[in-house]
Amino acid sequence: MKKSTNVTAQRNNRWALLGIKAMVGVVVLILIALLGDILITGLPHVSWHFLTSPSKDFGAGGGIANQLFNSIYILVLTLLISCPIALGAGIYLSEFARPNFLTSVIRTIIEVLSSLPSIVIGLFGYLILVIKFQFDFSIFSGAIAVMLVNLPLLTRNTEEALHAVPQTQREAGWALGLSKWRTISRIILPAAIPGLVTGVILSAGRIFGEAAALIYTAGQSAPLISYTNWNPFSPTSFLNPMRPAETLAVHIWKLNTDGITPDATQISSGASAVLIIVILIIILGSRWLGSYLYRKMGGTKS
Amino acid sequence: MNDVQRKLMQPSAATKQDRRGKIISLICIVFILILTVSLIGFIAVRGLATFFTNHVSLREFFFSSAWNPGQLGKNGQPQVGAAAMITASFAVTLLSAILATPFAVAVALYMTELAPKRGARLLQPVIELLVGIPSVVYGFIGLIVVVPAIRTLFGGTGFGVLAGSLVLFVMILPTITSLTIDSLKQVPDYYRSASLALGATRWQTIYKVILRAALPGILTAVVFGMARAFGEALAVQMVIGNAALMPTSLVTPTATLTSQLTSQMGDTIMGTLPNNALWSLALVLLLMSVIFNVLIKWIGKRGEMQK
Repeated sequence: MKKSTNVTAQRNNRWALLGIKAMVGVVVLILIALLGDILITGLPHVSWHFLTSPSKDFGAGGGIANQLFNSIYILVLTLLISCPIALGAGIYLSEFARPNFLTSVIRTIIEVLSSLPSIVIGLFGYLILVIKFQFDFSIFSGAIAVMLVNLPLLTRNTEEALHAVPQTQREAGWALGLSKWRTISRIILPAAIPGLVTGVILSAGRIFGEAAALIYTAGQSAPLISYTNWNPFSPTSFLNPMRPAETLAVHIWKLNTDGITPDATQISSGASAVLIIVILIIILGSRWLGSYLYRKMGGTKS
Repeated sequence: MNDVQRKLMQPSAATKQDRRGKIISLICIVFILILTVSLIGFIAVRGLATFFTNHVSLREFFFSSAWNPGQLGKNGQPQVGAAAMITASFAVTLLSAILATPFAVAVALYMTELAPKRGARLLQPVIELLVGIPSVVYGFIGLIVVVPAIRTLFGGTGFGVLAGSLVLFVMILPTITSLTIDSLKQVPDYYRSASLALGATRWQTIYKVILRAALPGILTAVVFGMARAFGEALAVQMVIGNAALMPTSLVTPTATLTSQLTSQMGDTIMGTLPNNALWSLALVLLLMSVIFNVLIKWIGKRGEMQK
């Protein structure tokens, strides 16, 4: 009797572990199939011409030049606005906030913001920036909306990076007679740089692929722009932040929902491949840069 | 003497710097708080206008599935019934969570219990890549691979709850997995040792000890995944079919709250009933995300008490 339950247990064990491994295999296969599908169907459409020519609304053979530039522009603008704010907020939460009721309210509010669907944040941007403040569909409105999506995540990341710096480092700073702020700016921040940089790069990947927050803020059209016009106030200048700007991710969505472009599928696969490759580079770059900085800034004792 | 005294009594340069630093960082956090509160406020005001300005009854909004805010129904009232969208949103959310949870737990178990070193090195990049793929790309793949596959297998157009759930399944898988890993890692090692010392097999240890100890954490992970699925807009919008009808089966075109907002917001005029009704949908989304948050907090508290 005892032996038979033991045998059953052994058999169950074998099957269950096998089942777990099989499910892991399925997940890996899904990823390989996804990436393979995107790259194999997409890459043949990616050419120098595809990357450097403007899109066409009604004809075939359009490129993604302006969308690609718009994505990068919004990415840079968003990071420029959100990094200092997230850094400040992260410093407050990690270094100044006392564990009391007020702090827990602050944390809850930030958690709520981070869990809001990005379409809701996009609609808020539409309501406030596009309609109320009359910024219209513009890169600026888009950047603010994406900043709202990005801020809570980046703040949390900053807080965690700062928190990971050992308490002894703070005490060492205070023992040397440094003020709290000097300890933060001269000891804690430099020590946290690998974590901070990794967080910013990963958030760059999220911003680059963001679309739901942008369709009603940055708009769904990419008017022709001139890359030789360096005056940021001219409506045709590529630097003008007040022009409507469809990004790469929005372009893929738009092509597949309106369906007036004859080669929509080809362009979307090409654009998806470009999007994925950029994000792959960003992810790999963050890993590499993170570990490089960690080594360089004395993470390991030498 | 007076000069020296004043100098000594005044806050030093370092103190001033200290205060300035604290104030600047406080301003940053207050900025985020104000933005969040005004976001909730503005969407609430817009969303409630349907009920207060246009006098649509709450009961109709939540329980009628006739959605046609631009036209009057048989009873002379505008048709603002969001039941179809709410049902579809919950359907894709629950279905994708049911699909994703076993796979997520399996991957997490493999990475923490079965093959901690090799598994983590192999699967960590897999999870990061799945997180990194943008939602429009998931939607696009859903549109060109999943929808045609469903069309050939089950007939119909292929658009609908099933296609939406399958796309969301892959999207929320990494979320649930990485949070499950965190909670499995928090199970103390002596639980494992104790169980193995009693002669339990690995599976018995996993099933009877580890998974039970980590249950609150796993539940939190699932709710996080559901929150993400509920709020996902574009990927779902591309494969759901976008017809504001009550889903009668898994393969009939329907619309979720997010997909309806995405496809209709640009076509309505600010301040009219069709527009206000859409803002009410946004308000429902917002409230649901707050509810998911509360749920996560609640599970966390319950889990703590059990330890």
